This record gives sequence, C-alpha cells and structure tokens, in this order.
Amino acid sequence: MTTTQMIFLATALLTLVAAIMVVSTRKLVHAALWLILALFGVAITFVLLEAGFFAVIQVVVYIGAIAILMIFAIMLTRREVRDVSPQTNRSWWLAAVITVLFFTGIVFMLSSWEGFSVNQPVAGVGVDTIDKLGQALVSPHAYVLPFEVASVLLLAAMIGAIYAAREKK
Amino acid sequence: MDFLKDPINFIANWLGTLLSGWGLSEPLIAVVLALLGVLVIVLIVLAIAILLVWIERKVVARFQDRLGPNRAGPFGLFQPFADIIKLIIKESILPEGAEWLVYNLAPVLTMATVLMIWAVIPFTPTVLGSDVNVGVLYIVALGSIGTLAIIMAGWASNNKYALLGAFRTVAQMVSYEVPLVITLLIPVLLSHSMGINHIVEAQEVWFFVLSPLGALLFLIASVAEIGRSPFDLLEAESEIVAGFHIEYTGMRFGLFYASELLHALTISTIAATLFLGGWRGPGVETWPILGVIYLAGKSFLLYFVVMWVRYSLPRIRIDHMLNFNWKFLTPLALTILIVTAILEKVMTGASLAVRSLVHLSGNVVIVIVTIQILRTYARIERQRFDDSRPLAVAAEPPVTTT
Repeated sequence: MTTTQMIFLATALLTLVAAIMVVSTRKLVHAALWLILALFGVAITFVLLEAGFFAVIQVVVYIGAIAILMIFAIMLTRREVRDVSPQTNRSWWLAAVITVLFFTGIVFMLSSWEGFSVNQPVAGVGVDTIDKLGQALVSPHAYVLPFEVASVLLLAAMIGAIYAAREKK
Repeated sequence: MDFLKDPINFIANWLGTLLSGWGLSEPLIAVVLALLGVLVIVLIVLAIAILLVWIERKVVARFQDRLGPNRAGPFGLFQPFADIIKLIIKESILPEGAEWLVYNLAPVLTMATVLMIWAVIPFTPTVLGSDVNVGVLYIVALGSIGTLAIIMAGWASNNKYALLGAFRTVAQMVSYEVPLVITLLIPVLLSHSMGINHIVEAQEVWFFVLSPLGALLFLIASVAEIGRSPFDLLEAESEIVAGFHIEYTGMRFGLFYASELLHALTISTIAATLFLGGWRGPGVETWPILGVIYLAGKSFLLYFVVMWVRYSLPRIRIDHMLNFNWKFLTPLALTILIVTAILEKVMTGASLAVRSLVHLSGNVVIVIVTIQILRTYARIERQRFDDSRPLAVAAEPPVTTT
C-alpha cells in the first residue's frame, strides 16, 4: 500500500464518518460543523486526484460561502436547536434494503465497466491544467454556452435577492 | 561558496544525501525533509510573532507619545517573554454552557490558518514551501476557514457579546472578501498566472507601479478582512467588550492575540509579494539568500503602514463599514479589474515600458474620475443637509396681545 492510498483511505473514512454524523447528530450547529468536515474531506480527495483547483474552489465555495451562511442562519435562531423527536420511523428497514440494493447495483455496474481496470492516462509534466480549464470555459468549441448560462442564472438570482431584500418604499 | 548563496537548499541537499546514506528510501526522505521544512517555517514565523508583540507595543507607544515597554531588558525587549509567562500561568476557564471541543478548537484553527498561508509564500527564488499553481486562491480559501474559526469561537462561548462579535465578523469578512478577491485577480491578470512564485518572477516592474490603486484597495480590503482598526468592529471594546474572544483566558486568548498580530504581518507579506516584487531586488540572481532580506524589508514597511493606519484612525461605524465596501470598494475594484483586463489584452506584445506606462495612466484616469464622482456626491449630500436645516429652527414665539 502506498502513502497516497493510506491517505485516501483515512480521508474517505473521515468524510464518511462526518457525513453520517451530519444526519445523526441532534444539535443543528454540530450538524453544520460536521458537514464542513465532510466537505473538507472531499477537498482532500480532490488534492489526491491532483485537481488542486477543484480542492481550493471546494473550500472557498462550500466552506467559505455555503457552510458559513448555514451556520449564520442557525445562529440567528434559538441557541439550543435540538431535535428531540425519534430519528427513524417504522419503515427504516425498507430504506435500508433499497439503499443496499442500489449500492450493490452500482458496484456491480462499475466492476463490469472496462474503464474501471484501465489506468488513467497521466497528463504530461508541465501541463497547466488551470490554463486548459480556463480556455475551455470561454472557448466556443467547449463550454462557453453553459458557462454563460450559469453566469446569467447567478446574476438573475442576485438581482432577485436584492429585490426581495429591498425595503418597500 | 554554495552554502553562502543558498544555505537552505544546501542544508536540504546535505541532509538528503545523509539520510539516503543511512539507507532511507527516496519517498521517506522527501517526507522527512518536508516535515522539517514545515517545522522550520512555523518556528521562525512564531518567533517573529513574539517579536511583533514588542514592535506593536513600542510603535503604538510612540504614536501616542509614550515610551512603551522599557523595563524588562534593553529597550524592553524581554517584555513579550514576561507577557507569555503571564499568559501561560493564567487559569484556563471554560465558561458555563460552552461547547468544550468547539471552544478549544477555535483558537487553534485561527492560528493554523494564519500559519498555513506561509506555505505558499516564496522567500527566495529557490526557497518556498509549495509552488502550487493555485496559490492565490489557496490564500482566499484559508481566509474563509479563518472566518469559520471566529464564528466557532463566538458561538461556543455561550456569551451574547461573543455571539454579536461573531455576527459582525460574518458581515464584515464575507463582504470584504469580495473586493479582496477582485483585487487579488489584478496581479493574476498582469502575470498570467495564479502561482505566487510566477507572479513574483513576472514583476520585472513592480505591480505596484502598474496598478497602485489595485494595491491600495488590496491593502484596505485585507486590513478589513483581518479586522484591524479602523475595521475592528468584531472586537469593538466600547460596544461589545471584546467580541468573539471575550471568554477566552490564558494562552487560548494568547493564541488569538498572536494570530491577530501574525495575520497583520501575513497580509503585509502577501501584499509585498503580489505588488512590491516579493524577493526581487538587486543581486538576488547570484545570491538568492538576499531575497529573504528584501522580502522582510518590504513586509515590515507595509506592516508599519498597517500599524500607522491602525493607531491614527478611529473606528468606522457599522453602516459606514458596509456602505464603504458595497458602494465604494467593490465597484471601484470591479472597474480596475475590467480596465486592467482590457488594457492587458490590447497591449499583447507591447514592450514592458509601454505596458507599464499605459497601465499606470489607466489607473490615474480611474483615480481622477473616482474623485470627481465622490466630489459630486459630497456636494449633493451637503446640499441635502443644508436644505433640511430649517426643520431645526424653533417655532416663533406666540404673539402676545395686550
């Protein structure tokens, strides 16, 4: 087992434990903090995949923006936000069975997929992946249309938020 | 000879050969050397933090026409050690109803985020922790984790003032992140790279010359981002006692205090690296070790400016703080970015002198236009103020009849 594999296993374990804690902890702020840990684990996984750009963006967007807004919203409510009702209902076994079936199905599909056993082609040394990504985002032969559509969508959301928050005169 | 030119890499190479002589495998040596490098950088930076306590107290004293610490050691140099001993022997109090883990994690996380920034700062052309190609974004990402640490401190303390401080922190840091990130993009645009070492290498002419306005906005936004005066609303003593670190005692408070000072030095270093040429200076090509001295000189110059601002200006009011950000800094930063991008594209292939001159004049034009707009705005505001004055005039006394 190489060092990278060990780091990957530790990270995966951390991410999964954190993700389970998000849905099982009873205190809302703790759930948000566990969520941040899970998102951070995903960022480490991106680093292991040599996608440094995605790792950093993951931290900036998900931890820096989304998670902080969530915690902010939670803190604005009562301090002791605690869930006291039972966390499962009668049909939990049904959900478990369906989940296990789906997971087995996905594992089966992936194991029969030939790309699973083929080694990934390694990008040449000195290839700047960000450079390529940036050019692809604005190239008419690649992703310029989705990129612009997403930008317009975000702009519309921003204007909508400002309109909704504005004081009525 | 080789040792004098580049001692750090010389020692690293020597250690590497020594370890491989002991029969260690190649990857293990890399791990050991990396760990040693991290340890050395962290220790040096923390040692500087101790020195900063003294500098800060001495400089603020001079600004306020006092002498500052002058009893312990020559020029009061041993004062920080006395402070540290005091902090260590103080009792660490866990407030009632506080979350133990979150409460204790917050100061550690604050310090860690500051220290982690130093991993991407190039000290000399050859000595830098990690030459990641997303260095600029990495700094932004660490800043957002720092915000998180302060929220954790404010929430876990179970204190209303701490929580208010955390609220203010979110409002301020999330807002000022916008102009900060936009101005960070200016060196990226000018150097065509996000790697910090590339940005330094591209500064044959300092980016401060090419974009003085961008550098200024970056410094303002980062002073706000670390919550220093005049933007110290998150710990405003006269309003919310001490803000997010109100409940912290002893060395936990010490960590917050040290990381605040260190953060100020760190943003000065980042600004020096991105806009003042980092390790660049005469003779650095043959003697790389000189780069450390140049970088330290530039950083401490900016640190002095930050202190100067801190002790000269009063605290800004919270609505002014938000207005200043959203109605002034952000539009201005966006304008500079767009103008810089257009000029850079137009002048592809132009000589360095022409490029610098055009960028500089672009900045000058923006400054003139901004000042004109501000002047008009101020005139309108003054007009409105004058017009509404009659409201304050007392009613005429009733006419008495005989």
